[in-house]
Amino acid sequence: MLNFDLTDEQEMLRKTIRDFAEKEIKPVRQKLDESETFSIELTQKMGQLGLFGMQVDPKYGGQGLDSLSYCLAVEEIARVDGCQAATVAAENALGIMPIYRWGTEEQKEKYLPKLCSGEQLWGFGLTEPEAGSDAGNSKTRAVLKDGHWVINGAKIFITNAANELTGGVTVQAVTGGDGDQKKEISCIIVEAGTPGFTAREMHHKLTWRSSNTAELYFEDVKVPESNLLGSRGKGFPMMLSTLDSGRLGIAAMGVGGAQGAFEAALEYAKVRQTFGKPICKHQAIAFKLADMAVEIEAARNLLYKACWLKDQEKPFEKHASMAKLFASEVMNRVVNHAVQIYGGYGLMEEYPVAKFFRDQKLLEIGEGSSEVQRIVISRHLGC
Amino acid sequence: MKIGVLVKQVPDTETKIKVLDDGSGIDENGVKFIVSPYDEFAIEEALKTKEANAGSEVTVASLGPSRCVESIRTALAMGCDKAIHIDDEGSGPDSYVTAKALAKVIGDQGFDVVFCGKQAIDDDMGQVPQLVAEFLAWPQVMILENLEISEGKAKATRRVSGGAKEVYELTLPAIFGCDKGLNTPRYASLPGIMKAKSKPVETLKISDLKGDANNKLEYSNFRMPPEKAPGKVLSGEVGDQVKELVRLLREEAKVL
Ligand SMILES: Cc1cc2nc3c(=O)[nH]c(=O)nc-3n(C[C@H](O)[C@H](O)[C@H](O)COP(=O)(O)OP(=O)(O)OC[C@H]3O[C@@H](n4cnc5c(N)ncnc54)[C@H](O)[C@@H]3O)c2cc1C
Repeated sequence: MLNFDLTDEQEMLRKTIRDFAEKEIKPVRQKLDESETFSIELTQKMGQLGLFGMQVDPKYGGQGLDSLSYCLAVEEIARVDGCQAATVAAENALGIMPIYRWGTEEQKEKYLPKLCSGEQLWGFGLTEPEAGSDAGNSKTRAVLKDGHWVINGAKIFITNAANELTGGVTVQAVTGGDGDQKKEISCIIVEAGTPGFTAREMHHKLTWRSSNTAELYFEDVKVPESNLLGSRGKGFPMMLSTLDSGRLGIAAMGVGGAQGAFEAALEYAKVRQTFGKPICKHQAIAFKLADMAVEIEAARNLLYKACWLKDQEKPFEKHASMAKLFASEVMNRVVNHAVQIYGGYGLMEEYPVAKFFRDQKLLEIGEGSSEVQRIVISRHLGC
Repeated sequence: MKIGVLVKQVPDTETKIKVLDDGSGIDENGVKFIVSPYDEFAIEEALKTKEANAGSEVTVASLGPSRCVESIRTALAMGCDKAIHIDDEGSGPDSYVTAKALAKVIGDQGFDVVFCGKQAIDDDMGQVPQLVAEFLAWPQVMILENLEISEGKAKATRRVSGGAKEVYELTLPAIFGCDKGLNTPRYASLPGIMKAKSKPVETLKISDLKGDANNKLEYSNFRMPPEKAPGKVLSGEVGDQVKELVRLLREEAKVL
């Protein structure tokens, strides 16, 4: 019964995306990263390839793929560039999914086709300056007045939310409950260009320098009552459930990024000579490479199992969290070894491993830090 | 228009080729196979022709073992409509027999135009399309650089040595051998990949198509080219190096 074969379509998808990443992303990844440029052109090319809305029903313009295919795609892009993988993973899991899962038919028909084609991007506005891991502590408020939500507050670190393709954001806001009352949290759709809504691109990041990260400000932003996404008061569980699936994408970035750094290190270790032989013939280096290969394989298997559980519609949340935690920490160890193997050159941005080293760190922080994953997993264990 | 495109499956250009110990062929173990790169230009040209001529249909034909179907699926994922796989039944056909079988299929299908790569990158024979054209009494233009088709006629440009170009005007049906630079092959899109699985692939047998043609070529032995001797690096003063270089070119390489 146990079978590790990918389907023919999954094999072809992996090959196509690897090809695309090698030919279209690799030649520009360094330049975009150095200049902190979010590339509209590359994003649109990824849209044409079908990289957005991968798990959305074709009737809304999506590709109708399963979670495993989605993760294979993210993995292959991250193998070449974590920044473009961030654009893809955030868009699919965070931008598109909440609208697809909880949107009304009207909302879905209005937004999804343009998001699935990559004509537009969408942000997921959960994190606030004072509410990150503790995302239930949102301060952003939305008050219903005369058939409109009036929103005030701020969000930070929102991917894909401040570029010329951004169509809007889903905002988590407090919609009721004061003082001793339990807070009521809901999600509201805010389109780009709504008066009072400002999105500012954030720069000088260590990680994901060519991915678009935004600070959002809401000053008396008025949107129609019908912009409520899902049920009033159900916003927080919706966001958490979005993150459960989103974690698979982060895990895929860990596996792919680790793979990319490992391949670079292996290739270098075979040609770099010290003391009269290639450094991969020194046991200390050879054993590092062996450890890297083992850990990547283990992380990949855990990720694929989590995807399999989800695709079989079995409970997958614990495994998704495990895969996210493990893959991001495996990538941490792998990039660390990779830089060590490159020696001084590993610290130079001209060589590929420095960027993998920098891009890794987000994976232990975003969509639930490693600490938060350990909380999630231990709760599944009954702690 | 009925458009045909010939696709050959070849070892990946990045594969390290190993010859079987008995020299009878290539060791296929662990070899990855791909669509021959020049054939990708042919697929793209076929798709462009389809897009420019409403109501057209592109059929892929590939001759080889059953693994060819993977390459056929790639062509279908790029946007071709249907396919014919010609099973070589392990017969190891040479260019002559291959062309006989393909010509039969092309004739039966009644294509208006057929595209193929200018050569396959495995054996680099570069003669199947010309043979096919000959058997069908069709015009052919190889190493195609530009093509315009309208109302049953084609204007084809090919590069010749010295930077000159030859321009042909011909009547369809015809066969064109595509070269790099003709177009930029598209990627198989994700929706394309999903659709490819439900597109029809018909399987034919080479023995039913080749008539009484038999191989004219016999493979007697495969071997790797001899390893190149390592280059020499000269050292010392530049003036001395130049003298030494000239001496080596004259006395050892005997090229001066
Ligand atoms: C590039 C980038 C892109 C991002 N994209 C998005 C996006 O698209 N949408 C979005 O909503 N957010 C996004 N984020 C935000 C991200 O999800 C948060 O940064 C993350 O959740 C951590 O929150 P914080 O930064 O406020 O850290 P804090 O919550 O302040 O945590 C600080 C440290 O304390 C630890 N910690 C916190 N609580 C506990 C605890 N109970 N036990 C033990 N340790 C604890 C954390 O693990 C961390 O190490 C992005 C962030 C970055 C950097």
